[in-house]
Amino acid sequence: MTARLCVLLAALMGTVLAPTSVGAGAPKPNIRIENPGQCIAPAEEMRRNHMEMLKHTRDRTLRLGIRGEKASLNGCIECHASKTTGSVLGPGGFCQECHAYAAVKLDCWDCHQPKASLKTTGMAGVKP
Amino acid sequence: MTGSQEKSRRTFLAATVAGFGAVALAPGLHLIALSHAGAPRAAGEPASSKVRWGMLIDTTKCASGCDACVKACNTENGINETVADARQGSQWIRKIDLKDQKTGRTHSLPMLCQHCEHPPCVDVCPTGASMKRADGIVLVDRHICIGCRYCMMACPFKARSLVHQPLTEQNPEVPRGVGCVESCTFCVHRVDKGQQPACVEACPEGAMVFGDLNDPKSAISLRLAQEASTQVRADLKLNQGVRYQGI
Ligand code: HEC
Ligand code: HEC
Ligand code: HEC
Repeated sequence: MTARLCVLLAALMGTVLAPTSVGAGAPKPNIRIENPGQCIAPAEEMRRNHMEMLKHTRDRTLRLGIRGEKASLNGCIECHASKTTGSVLGPGGFCQECHAYAAVKLDCWDCHQPKASLKTTGMAGVKP
Repeated sequence: MTGSQEKSRRTFLAATVAGFGAVALAPGLHLIALSHAGAPRAAGEPASSKVRWGMLIDTTKCASGCDACVKACNTENGINETVADARQGSQWIRKIDLKDQKTGRTHSLPMLCQHCEHPPCVDVCPTGASMKRADGIVLVDRHICIGCRYCMMACPFKARSLVHQPLTEQNPEVPRGVGCVESCTFCVHRVDKGQQPACVEACPEGAMVFGDLNDPKSAISLRLAQEASTQVRADLKLNQGVRYQGI
């Protein structure tokens, strides 16, 4: 029964989100890791909790003046910007690709530069 | 704000500044321009109330027509957008020329956020976005600013601006965007790394000193202990972090 419901649900969602691929669900986001290395936490945790991390960091950095935070937004951008566009946005951009899939819209980019190293930033880590 | 209101407010400010112009000049004194602001704060360490950042501006060295500090500020903070209406442009620092009506004496000075100890902008903010950091730097937490502009009206120094249009060419270290109020941050991103604000570094006359007002041995404290200085509109008792000489 549950399985049947799931199939039905998936089919329904498929029709709503991506009418071209009925039954297959929405096309999975194509998340590309272009710069090898390690994220600040395991991928599962990042997928689930990155928004919380960022919200804590932004208050700690702006209001308390704490620099060199682990979950820095500029830090994410430095690592996750595309090699071709230099940005985390745009088609295939790391942050955009997944958010488009999850129907998340961020206002962060009104202010925050989505391109890496327009100017070398010191925000990803304060050198002691 | 209409043009005439704008003008009358400016004239008013200029007149009040000129009113404090009785303070003696200190000719021949040099400000130590490029002294270091301090050691960079270690990662993970919050700003401390043991420090109070301040700035001393020697207006006797400030040439009318020179806008090196304004240009440096714009470059550092990515204030590069073209605005449809010039009155909407962001001004984190601006030059003003003053004239004492009675004597005819003129001077020129940069006006910027005065980083008050008791900031009126913080008092009036309905969301808590307008804030003073532990080390005395007055900021807008743009994560919670709703762009109501009460703070702009409350500021006696006309030091704040609202961003009127979407921006795309921000400096990554200086996020700024449409619908939020902004003002001089003392280049907080540089200060936290132990650097000087961009304007101080750029002044060709070395007329600006930046440093810790709480440290009696800092270059700025030593100068304040020796020479006469003024706070603009001292009658308001806001105890600004920015002090002037020669006005
Ligand atoms: C209206 C402008 C504005 C918007 C919108 C905005 N920020 Fe910020 N953000 C700032 C400013 C200004 C700073 C302070 C930068 C500094 O002093 O280094 C900042 C700093 C940060 C920091 C700490 C610095 C860093 O790179 O780690 C984080 C994290 C952050 N913001 C996250 C976010 C997130 C997440 C969003 C979207 C949900 C967002 N911001 C939206 C203006 C904005
Ligand atoms: C030092 C470079 C680096 C930094 C900084 C970094 N990441 Fe990552 N991130 C990676 C790498 C490499 C992976 C792939 C790791 C894996 O698959 O185990 C990854 C994986 C992820 C994933 C999982 C992607 C997937 O496969 O579903 C998310 C989400 C993520 N990062 C978000 C962020 C956010 C948000 C930030 C900033 C708070 C950030 N990352 C900072 C390098 C980084
Ligand atoms: C693996 C998929 C994935 C990737 C990659 C990803 N995100 Fe997210 N993000 C999500 C999901 C899903 C949500 C919504 C969670 C929710 O609704 O609670 C979200 C929400 C957010 C939020 C909170 C939005 C809000 O309005 O509350 C922020 C901030 C954010 N992401 C930042 C980023 C940044 C910055 C990057 C790129 C460095 C990124 N994310 C990459 C999946 C992802």
